[in-house]
Amino acid sequence: MENSISYLLLFMLVMASATFITRALPFVLFHKKSDHPLVEYLGTYLPPVLMVLLLVYSFKNESFISLGFVPEVIGLVSTLIFHLRWRQPLISIVGGTAIYMVLVQIGFMA
Amino acid sequence: MSASTSLSAIAFRTTIPVMLGYVPLGIAFGVLFAELGYHWLYAGLMGVVVFAGTAQFLAVGLLANSAGLVEVFAATLLLNIRHMFYGLSLLTRFPKTGWRRWYMIFGLTDETYSLLTSSKVPHGEDPVQFKFLITLFNQMSWVLGCTIGGWLGSQINFSTAGIEFVLPALFLVLVIEQYRQLPKLSLFVAALALGFATLIFISRDQMLLISCSLAVALLLLAKGAQTWKIR
Repeated sequence: MENSISYLLLFMLVMASATFITRALPFVLFHKKSDHPLVEYLGTYLPPVLMVLLLVYSFKNESFISLGFVPEVIGLVSTLIFHLRWRQPLISIVGGTAIYMVLVQIGFMA
Repeated sequence: MSASTSLSAIAFRTTIPVMLGYVPLGIAFGVLFAELGYHWLYAGLMGVVVFAGTAQFLAVGLLANSAGLVEVFAATLLLNIRHMFYGLSLLTRFPKTGWRRWYMIFGLTDETYSLLTSSKVPHGEDPVQFKFLITLFNQMSWVLGCTIGGWLGSQINFSTAGIEFVLPALFLVLVIEQYRQLPKLSLFVAALALGFATLIFISRDQMLLISCSLAVALLLLAKGAQTWKIR
């Protein structure tokens, strides 16, 4: 863990740049309000698709062959239930993660 | 009371609802972050340099997986593409030049965006200064939450096994919110199929970049086919 602080600082720099780029890009690209149909089209359909792809991406290190994914399924279902019930991202994310962590740590179906 | 203090007071009052959301959210981030083993002050530092709620939860998951920096860049960019289309409606209402313009763009979170678009500039006051103060107060409550959370996390200790699940939980919540805005089941199923197909048949390591490029290409093709049919 010796170089972990330099990794963390680089990590923050990269994440800060990527965040700033996405926030600044529309101001740089479009000088006045843009209503180009293609921008509108991608603005409607791209974000939902990207969120689904990120969800799939977050499981890229899983193997789907064994039964090892049962805690993941329970974690996702709990997150879903929390979110449909309270619609508070904080409760859904922290609650779902906490349930998953408990399952993994007690060795549930591992 | 001078004019500038009263403007600060009004701007501060405007940001109280956001503060009530940011402090607990920041605390949750800080606790998770500190459990990864970093000094708690770095949780506050991340609030200063990154200032993005969802991206910082993404950071916890990526740090837990020791993700490569290219992947960090790509994932953050894709996550934030939602923001790109927000900026559009504010273009004409932001100052054209000056350092405050760049700070306000830097601080354009979901919550800042909603305050800037919904609150009225007090009569006779400088609109740029008012919007700047709103952004600044929002970031101050975010940094406060992150720092408190980081400190709390350094005081309590629990096993972090499974903490990387913060990633799927975060993305699932975002998917649900996107579905609420655009309830087109076929689109979501197609995206899911595309994601898994890329993962299984093409590449595990380059999954994100490949599937996103394919998604943009397919969306443009679909648009092209539609336009062509109408002709």
